Amino acid sequence: MKWTRKHLLDIESLTAEEITTVLDTARAFKAVGQRAIKKVPALRGKTVVNLFVEPSTRTRISFELAEQRLSADIINFSTEASSLKKGETLKDTVLNLQALKADFIVIRHSASGAPHFLARVLKASVINAGDGAHEHPTQALLDAFTIRERKGKIAGLNVTILGDILYSRVARSDIWALTKLGAKVTLCGPSTLVPKTFEQMGCRVTHDVDEAIRDADIINLLRIQHERQRKTMFPSIGEYTQLFGLNKARLAKTKPDALIMHPGPINRGVEIDSEIADGSRSLVLEQVTNGLAVRMAALFLLNGGKGPQGVAGN
Amino acid sequence: MPETTVLLDAIAIQRALTRIAHEIVERNEAGDDVVLVGIPVGGDHLAARLAKILAGIWNHPVPVGILDTTLHRDDLDQRVAPTVHPTDIPFDVTGKTVVLVDDVLFSGRTTRAAMDALNDFGRPRKIQLAVLIDRGHRELPIRADFVGKNTPTALEEKISLQLTEAGVPQDEALLLKP
Repeated sequence: MKWTRKHLLDIESLTAEEITTVLDTARAFKAVGQRAIKKVPALRGKTVVNLFVEPSTRTRISFELAEQRLSADIINFSTEASSLKKGETLKDTVLNLQALKADFIVIRHSASGAPHFLARVLKASVINAGDGAHEHPTQALLDAFTIRERKGKIAGLNVTILGDILYSRVARSDIWALTKLGAKVTLCGPSTLVPKTFEQMGCRVTHDVDEAIRDADIINLLRIQHERQRKTMFPSIGEYTQLFGLNKARLAKTKPDALIMHPGPINRGVEIDSEIADGSRSLVLEQVTNGLAVRMAALFLLNGGKGPQGVAGN
Repeated sequence: MPETTVLLDAIAIQRALTRIAHEIVERNEAGDDVVLVGIPVGGDHLAARLAKILAGIWNHPVPVGILDTTLHRDDLDQRVAPTVHPTDIPFDVTGKTVVLVDDVLFSGRTTRAAMDALNDFGRPRKIQLAVLIDRGHRELPIRADFVGKNTPTALEEKISLQLTEAGVPQDEALLLKP
């Protein structure tokens, strides 16, 4: 499968084959991360701007390290220390970055569609590192990579996404990626945060957590996103934990080989018990390791040009 | 329709590999320090076959690794991103004589990338190059130490090496004229 896209903006517009190409490429990059010398020259001479207009630790560090391992030059840009504070528009900010010959813009923004806007006005490749409640494509790709690596496949698996679906860009990207790859996705959480309209995306919606996780092969937990909720969507954190939190008693009723995922940051004692987060069925830290490989793969594929695909020896 | 000629049949490929193995032995005597590193796709299978022949001559196993050169190519932003194959070198190359094994030697750019890539794994004492087919058209000052067959080609022609390891019924090296 050839990758011909210039931007990585969302999962919705990708085909199953394109998603699989990223996952296959990421497998080779994960092996690079296990070498003594973890750096390769694939992006030597290229400039990447990490434009994080919304706070991020995990994703920003993961992208930075991925870029460094590919030998790219990096500019880190956060709102606090930039002219966006002085009233400059996003468009002017990025046109200035383009004038400095940036090849890639990695953007995290609180407004849905910000990366798509940049892709229209810029010559550089744009990677969406999370836009509002819309999409977080590299998170979905690393989730799919982690599931495929641990379970050997994705098609036919039962994946339950539990928590704040309404405000979650991770949920949207995960739903697109996993359903395209043939998984059966179930969404669960308080009815205010998991409206039935999500059934239109091809998944099942339930508000009964025990039923939702009973047959699950993968349980993907999401954090309650207080920062995106205009008003509280459920009575209290304590009640959420009691009704939807993953604890030992609930876990005991799942399949013995069901695995637990969480995109982070985790709120211990809220959506997940501390013991489970640290337990042998938790993939939380593997997800972080795989995120690096997936982001290297994405940058590598987007760096490709228009000519015929390179073949060794000929 | 492209015109296809058989450059090497199964017997010729086997004979070429046997000859290359004997040349490697002649050059490296006891072979205690010799390791083989194949470049996919094709060179990895040829390296495994050479290792088997060499083990028979030297009476000791010869380590074999796989080295993907994709990430060290110099044309990555000009072509559609190539497939990245896993690299697997399960031994230390430092101080060893590394025989790089490739199926076809053409521009020499893959060999250059391979030498760069190998540096990330250690410092070999020597690097030698074995290829099944040398088709000419070098763009870099690189030559092979061991060659199965020299074949002058036109630039627009292609060489396709089919090996049974890849699921085809019999080994064959084909020359495709556009």
